[in-house]
Amino acid sequence: MKTNPLKKVSQKIKNFRLTRGVFAWPYVLFLTVFVVLPLVIILVNAFLADGKLSFANFIALAKDGASIKVLINSIFIGAVTTILCLAIGYPVAYTLANMKTGSIIVILFLLPMWVNFLVRTLAARAVFEALSIPLGEGTVLFGMVYNYIPFMILPLHTTLTNIDKSFGEAAADLGADRVTVFLKVTLPLSVPGIISGIIMVFIPTISTFAISQLLGGVHLFGDSIHEKFIHGLYGVGSVMSLIMLAFVLLSNMLLKKFNKGEAKASIW
Amino acid sequence: MVKFKSILPKIFLILVLIVLYTPIIFVIVYSFSGTTNFTFPRGFTLEGYSAIFTSGSRGKLFDSLKNTIILALVSSVISTIIGSISAVGIYYMKPKVRLMVENVNQLPIINSEIVMAVSLMLFFVTFKFPPGWTRLIIAHVTFCTPYVILSVMPRLMQMDPNVYEAALDLGANPIKALFKVIIPMVMPGIISGAAMAFTISLDDFIITQINKGATTGIDTLSTYLYSSTKSASGFAAYWYPVFSIIILIVVTIVLVGNYVKFRREKTKKSGGK
Repeated sequence: MKTNPLKKVSQKIKNFRLTRGVFAWPYVLFLTVFVVLPLVIILVNAFLADGKLSFANFIALAKDGASIKVLINSIFIGAVTTILCLAIGYPVAYTLANMKTGSIIVILFLLPMWVNFLVRTLAARAVFEALSIPLGEGTVLFGMVYNYIPFMILPLHTTLTNIDKSFGEAAADLGADRVTVFLKVTLPLSVPGIISGIIMVFIPTISTFAISQLLGGVHLFGDSIHEKFIHGLYGVGSVMSLIMLAFVLLSNMLLKKFNKGEAKASIW
Repeated sequence: MVKFKSILPKIFLILVLIVLYTPIIFVIVYSFSGTTNFTFPRGFTLEGYSAIFTSGSRGKLFDSLKNTIILALVSSVISTIIGSISAVGIYYMKPKVRLMVENVNQLPIINSEIVMAVSLMLFFVTFKFPPGWTRLIIAHVTFCTPYVILSVMPRLMQMDPNVYEAALDLGANPIKALFKVIIPMVMPGIISGAAMAFTISLDDFIITQINKGATTGIDTLSTYLYSSTKSASGFAAYWYPVFSIIILIVVTIVLVGNYVKFRREKTKKSGGK
């Protein structure tokens, strides 16, 4: 991913032939300019302080107690949200996978995902306000689980329905009881779905913008990245974006490792 | 006992569904109260709905709706064109190059929206792109095109590779073969890619909010909604009715879409047998 596509393009110009691959060149240029370059700018800005290359921004962030606290709190809220989504989502997906009408009923669980997240968040807030439940960490957690649980159920449901039923039947024939079948067959085979689900919930939760503010005035990492940029602190903001990017790339590597060759869960 | 055990999971499903739909139903019910404080001082009324057309800020509301649709239309058309042609190109690249391009193409999808939003903002500021529509359209095309490519790619894999060669043998040049042979064959992928791009653009909040620029006055529905949650004059009475309309549209589209999909799969299955 790190190699410069521009170099590759310039090499190709030397021996030009209109093959079908050429149809992608404009887009390669587009990707380089609007996807890779902005990330390079973030990288450069992270190491740029007062016009010099240095680690000053990293040190500034390390000393910025408030931001570190937000990061730790985000990881904590992200972890709790993920655990709750998994604890609720897995039984849902498991039950649906074992029901004849499961693949139809699952649509009901995924439907809220299609409503804009701001609308969903404000709808949840409306319920809290009407029941005069004070907004705080608890309501933030509810909002997060409420917003992201479809993203947990979706990959779990895909993986669980794709597990060949004969594995479980074979295990049962060989004397395993239902609990053993679940622990030794179903659960291990559903690990790719669990990993996708965890990533699809954890990453958006920690980098969320606005949801936590609206549901309890809690700032999460996404909010504080935004705040740094609003206040013109591009250097520190870039370091924080790099941290977020590291999370994203790491989890994507993990995902690829576990989902080798398997059809990825798709929202579509 | 056995019966209870088999009912238990279903009760759990229903409980989760109740929690999942409470806020949605709640908003729809209160959209008929004409207030935003969750009381029914005048009983069931359509005042909230008529406020959509009579409220003092209706101009802003309709402008933001118009902007949302224009932005989604323009960016989905551009990304569908770029995406469809590029998917063909990427598919036929050398495996190593193809893998690299596909990896970079994944970046806007896997990246967290906030990082993408600030990286684009920094880029636009650095290279002095004019604020407003230019930035918004570029940003939206950037995160929509990868989805178009991902939706066209499987169609290309299903395609008979000899057809293109045959077109060339019969005298078509590569561009003509692309538009007369490949593109029509992958049309279903292009159409679903376009629909996806349109929805994703319509749904976007974070990237639009950060790249719209404070001074341009351009708002989409979601950024206008966000700013009105912070507005001093309070949350306008028309918002819950607007939410209800949005929810109704989404529910209809998703249910109809899935119904059509099921029907098609069913006929496909029975046709194959």
